[in-house]
Amino acid sequence: MKSFIEYIVSIFKGVWTLLVGMKVTAKYFFTPWNNVTQQYPENRDTLVMFDRFRGEVIMPHTENNEHLCTGCGICELNCPNGSIEIISKSIITPEGKKKRIIDQHIYHLGMCTLCNLCVKACPTGAIVMGQKFEHAVWDRALLTKVLNQPGSKIAEGVKE
Amino acid sequence: MSEIREVIIKTDKLATDKYQVNMGPQHPSTHGVLRLLVTLEGEKVLNVQPHSGYIHSGIEKMCEAISYPQIIHLTDRMDYLSAHMNNEAVALCVENALQVEVPDRVKYIRTIMDELARLASHQLWWCVFGMDLGALTTFFYGLRDREHILDIFEETCGARMTVSYSTPGGLMFDIHPNFQKRVKDFIKYFRTKLPEYDKLLSGNVILRERTEGIGHLSYKDAIDFGVTGPSGRASGFSCDVRKHNPYSAYPFVKFNEILDHRCDTLARYEVRILEMYESLNIIEQLIDNIPEGDYAVKMKGVLKLPEGEFYQRVETARGEFGVFIVSDGKKNPYRVKFRSPGFSNLFALNNMTKGHKIADLVAIMSTLDLIIPDIDR
Repeated sequence: MKSFIEYIVSIFKGVWTLLVGMKVTAKYFFTPWNNVTQQYPENRDTLVMFDRFRGEVIMPHTENNEHLCTGCGICELNCPNGSIEIISKSIITPEGKKKRIIDQHIYHLGMCTLCNLCVKACPTGAIVMGQKFEHAVWDRALLTKVLNQPGSKIAEGVKE
Repeated sequence: MSEIREVIIKTDKLATDKYQVNMGPQHPSTHGVLRLLVTLEGEKVLNVQPHSGYIHSGIEKMCEAISYPQIIHLTDRMDYLSAHMNNEAVALCVENALQVEVPDRVKYIRTIMDELARLASHQLWWCVFGMDLGALTTFFYGLRDREHILDIFEETCGARMTVSYSTPGGLMFDIHPNFQKRVKDFIKYFRTKLPEYDKLLSGNVILRERTEGIGHLSYKDAIDFGVTGPSGRASGFSCDVRKHNPYSAYPFVKFNEILDHRCDTLARYEVRILEMYESLNIIEQLIDNIPEGDYAVKMKGVLKLPEGEFYQRVETARGEFGVFIVSDGKKNPYRVKFRSPGFSNLFALNNMTKGHKIADLVAIMSTLDLIIPDIDR
């Protein structure tokens, strides 16, 4: 008889624990302003990423199409998986000296793990992390980018 | 068909036979690409043979070809829910080898980040555990709270999961000006949400029926298999590296090591819930006292470790994580070995599931909190 009463009590206790749990879910059901879901593709215009967010490596250019990259190749050395290739060329300056400058700063976004080592190592701060995160493209080749814009040149006063 | 019928008529009960079932590699409740070869008799589990290696990525071998600061970003990708602790393990190992003392500020920030990562990991474990037992609601509630921590990470470290924040010699960036305020807001918020976890799931009669007395892992077996972390502590095995071998700012804080001697699935569940409270306590002790100073020591451009062997262990959300570096004095390590908690925990599974039903196998595996890239590396 005693075990039978315990059995009945356990059923009611069990139902009670379910009701306690249901109270939590009911609370959120009737307070929809507690919802935290972002309507992502619709809120694109207002969506602001954090300023340190690492989306891709970019090379900022000024209005005069100047950048800070000297083509030293330190970013290439620091990259753990070969996402960066530096192709440099030698030119002859107006003073008649030979000088190596950057020809193409090739960046393979498809291989990049966004570890920030290249940006940290860059002595002139020529490359930074961009906040763009929508990188889907139709062709894998489009993920290989040339960071320095065509016709761009190094800004004056950058130490070699 | 007729044979089975004959057997039923002869023996007067349902014919059962041993058979083997592959659980995984693509089963949703294996938390990744893990293949379990399960020998069943009816619904009863006789033997579980884990087959790992389906996403083996050769991280240890890759480490031999790259320099020490570059190893950090690979450790993010092993146990991606404890990325901070993994980064810290490598950073501490290299710092110890080079005998570099980092500023107190770095230690404090690393410890706060560790505990935030532990909270985020346990939140995800909690919601997935509920889902494995059939409670989908927990999945949304857990992820909702985890989002706050990931936002903190994103603001300070620049990434949500693969943070690469600790580097040899300090940190990648200083903390964001909003960091302390955000963490304090989060603690205040989460202190109101954590009791809801208990109301929703911990007291639930279905959860208790399905976990109490299931998956017994004795104290002796826990030590024999090297089961560490919350899973080991639920068997009464005092194995908290933070307590026994303190690193970073853990010597400066007071906290309890959560131990439970019931050894079953429910014990492992409750140890993790109580650890979340402890993590909140640790962060509260540190967050207002972050000392001023540099966020990194100036290190050489090329790090070369002295010849020898170096080992460093830390406590991740899953257990003891160890880094063993053999150096021959060059800029790359000669050999790197990672002692990952998931690997040891997984192989205690056979011992724990014997004689239980196949539905219990899912529950037991879920309380081990396996991360498959951590097992395969």
